[in-house]
Amino acid sequence: MIGLYIVTAVLVLVSFLADRRKTVHGIKIGVKKFRKILPNYLKLLILIAIVLFFTEGLIVRYLGQENGLLGILAGMLLGSATMMPGFIAYPLAGVLVERGVLYMVVAGFVTTLMMVGVLTYPVEKEYMGAKGTIIRNGVSFVIAAVIALAMGVFYGEVIL
Amino acid sequence: MKISPRTRNYIYFGLFMAFIAVSFLLKYEPGVAMGNNFYLFAKDMVLILPPAFILIGLFDVWAKREVIEKHFGETAGARGFVWSILLAATTVGGTFVAFPVANALYHKGARYSMIMTYITAASLVMIPMSIMEAAILGPKFTAVRILVSLPLVVIGSIFIEKLLLRMKYRIPEVQEVQK
Repeated sequence: MIGLYIVTAVLVLVSFLADRRKTVHGIKIGVKKFRKILPNYLKLLILIAIVLFFTEGLIVRYLGQENGLLGILAGMLLGSATMMPGFIAYPLAGVLVERGVLYMVVAGFVTTLMMVGVLTYPVEKEYMGAKGTIIRNGVSFVIAAVIALAMGVFYGEVIL
Repeated sequence: MKISPRTRNYIYFGLFMAFIAVSFLLKYEPGVAMGNNFYLFAKDMVLILPPAFILIGLFDVWAKREVIEKHFGETAGARGFVWSILLAATTVGGTFVAFPVANALYHKGARYSMIMTYITAASLVMIPMSIMEAAILGPKFTAVRILVSLPLVVIGSIFIEKLLLRMKYRIPEVQEVQK
């Protein structure tokens, strides 16, 4: 985090020394883009806060399915619908594994958590377009399913 | 009176903040929990987004189209995917930052498969996240996840590119602030 500020400060300084007008113009472009997207980010934050509140209980309840494939499906659906920062998601994943939830179910959950974003739609569609966003998330969902099954094979949870 | 989507989002935000404030005053549990969730994400975004957007602005004025085309464009080849993944691994802030960066790259001449690889990899191989994952779930878990996913990400991105090109798709330009 501090690194980001140092890098930004150094680059702004170098840029400023190289060309003052270009630098001012560049920063203006950045500010403009930020102002344009800010309301979408705010909407995203509200959605995350609300959805996270309702899904936390569901995650613990539905991921420990007897049936591995149903577990993967539940994990992937919940993972797609939610978003969490890593410092919450991984300790939660650790707890799930300790409770005996299969690795492939946890993999399906954390992978979709990161890769598939239903909640990030308001921001992603501004940058990728609606169709681009839907296609990317669809393909990501399939990839996450393959990763979950591969994890099942590596951990001996799926017998080929 | 017509309300623009922009203004509407600000109104939602105002209402939500009012709800959280009242919840904290009345100790209304669900509202307090949502407020805490909101704070978790908002804190990071407030810190990361402003410098990230300044860097995107500087990228816009300095990055030469030919250079981006050479490394991320039609002629980039396999090495372009390596660049995209390396750029993704070092992007701070995950997809929140990756979306605008990918958009900027695209408008400087990067091809679809590269920006799709970049966005997807940015959510999968962030270095600090992966270290934490390995510590909690074991290095084997992280290794399998990354090694299985990267080839799939590249293949998936090529597939998405084919699809988008067939649709003659154009990614929206994000520039002017709508009034």
